[in-house]
Amino acid sequence: MALSKDEVLAGLAEIVSEETDIDTAEVTLDKSFTDDLDIDSLSMMTIVTLAEEKFDVRIPDEKVKDLVTVDDAVSYITEAQA
Amino acid sequence: MNVVVTGLGTTSPLGGDVASTWEGALAGRSGVRTLENDWEEKYGIPVTFAGQLVVPPSEVLSRPETKRMDPSAQMAIVAAREAWADAGSPEVDPERLGSIVSSGIGGVWTLLTAWDTVKERGASRVLPLTVPMLMPNSPTAYVSLEFKARAGAHAPVSACASGAEAIGMGFEMIQSGRADIVICGGTEAAIHPLPISAFASMQALSKRNDDPAGASRPYDVSRDGFVMGEGSGVVILESEEHAQARGAKVYARLLGLGMTADAHHIAAPEPNGAGQTRAMELALERAGLTTADISHVNAHATSTPVGDMIEARGIRSLLGAHADQVLLSATKSMTGHLLGGAGALESVFTIKALETRTAPPTINVTEPDPELQVDLVRDAPRALPEGQTAAINNSFGFGGHNVALVFGTV
Repeated sequence: MALSKDEVLAGLAEIVSEETDIDTAEVTLDKSFTDDLDIDSLSMMTIVTLAEEKFDVRIPDEKVKDLVTVDDAVSYITEAQA
Repeated sequence: MNVVVTGLGTTSPLGGDVASTWEGALAGRSGVRTLENDWEEKYGIPVTFAGQLVVPPSEVLSRPETKRMDPSAQMAIVAAREAWADAGSPEVDPERLGSIVSSGIGGVWTLLTAWDTVKERGASRVLPLTVPMLMPNSPTAYVSLEFKARAGAHAPVSACASGAEAIGMGFEMIQSGRADIVICGGTEAAIHPLPISAFASMQALSKRNDDPAGASRPYDVSRDGFVMGEGSGVVILESEEHAQARGAKVYARLLGLGMTADAHHIAAPEPNGAGQTRAMELALERAGLTTADISHVNAHATSTPVGDMIEARGIRSLLGAHADQVLLSATKSMTGHLLGGAGALESVFTIKALETRTAPPTINVTEPDPELQVDLVRDAPRALPEGQTAAINNSFGFGGHNVALVFGTV
């Protein structure tokens, strides 16, 4: 069953928080992974790998560079589930 | 160049820091317990106990730290933070600060968990930090990162001599002028079904499943193998000049180092212990000491039928009649065998023994091997002599690696 965008955001925020100690409330759609959340490329790949498993979607490596903001990732995952 | 010890840290089967670990050792406590898991039922592991940490790193590290580091690196960071703070968090030029923290086996939990992931869920589920977590230089690299140690980060690997070799290399790093301070030590987190099965397969482990606390019994006639342990020990080595200039507290001096190789067999020690004894001789020579200066030996003594007495005969032959005045301690009787962490934790014990003039006990020796001709400290701690005195810490590893360190009082 596909999750809503809000549900994906909540799930993604949990993953980000587990990996970085950033509070889930800080992980909002407008935030940039690198500029606002200070997530490096290896941590980003970890988050992507965990998100693929959690949401049962495939995020191709070449797509990851386009996921600049939290919104980009949430939208991609929401659509990929549909 | 004189080298001194200005900081100590550990997390061990006796406690989460040096104070509780040393207190446990003096009290003759065993840190060996039954494993609380289903490995026996699930995999048929023949040994169901080990020397397990009292304070798991997850209780003191942040969540992301425990996710990014293998348990071996987590333990090293816990011990290194304590040692660094104990040394007074010294101000030092990063290019004059080194890191040498070894592991005998490396990130075995990470490696084998990732292999389970590949088999069960496919290659795409393997996490990107797997390589930096499993590599055996990961602990020293994380220590280097944390304390900005830029003089060099090394991780000599020599099985159960690794932790002592790291301290030996730190000694040489300072003596050669490459560094003013080196964070040195060893760590191991290998209480996993595979290493247990593998060590058991070579008949190296005690199988006393019904008496875990009594299983590690170096020099006792009924010893039947070593007991796996986990944890880390870290010492801060510093040039005496640097330590004096900043008014640092000095625990002890590191006076000598002897390193040899048996070139005899991949796992068995050379039966006459020639390489082991030569390591002790070289360490004494380098320290400029004679056997009469030695009052204490922290033995490698892992509680194996063959190994304990090879070392003990070597100590006797080196020290001669003076061996009757030397207090011998085998602290693995309490902690189990920390493999790559052993030489480092036992250096912490040796340094504390000199600092407090107290040799820790060797527990579980109900009937000493009749061949033992060194004064073994049993059941309760005993006092070391006043005045200038020195102690040897031995560590040997599969592969024929022999390391002897000589520490002296301040």
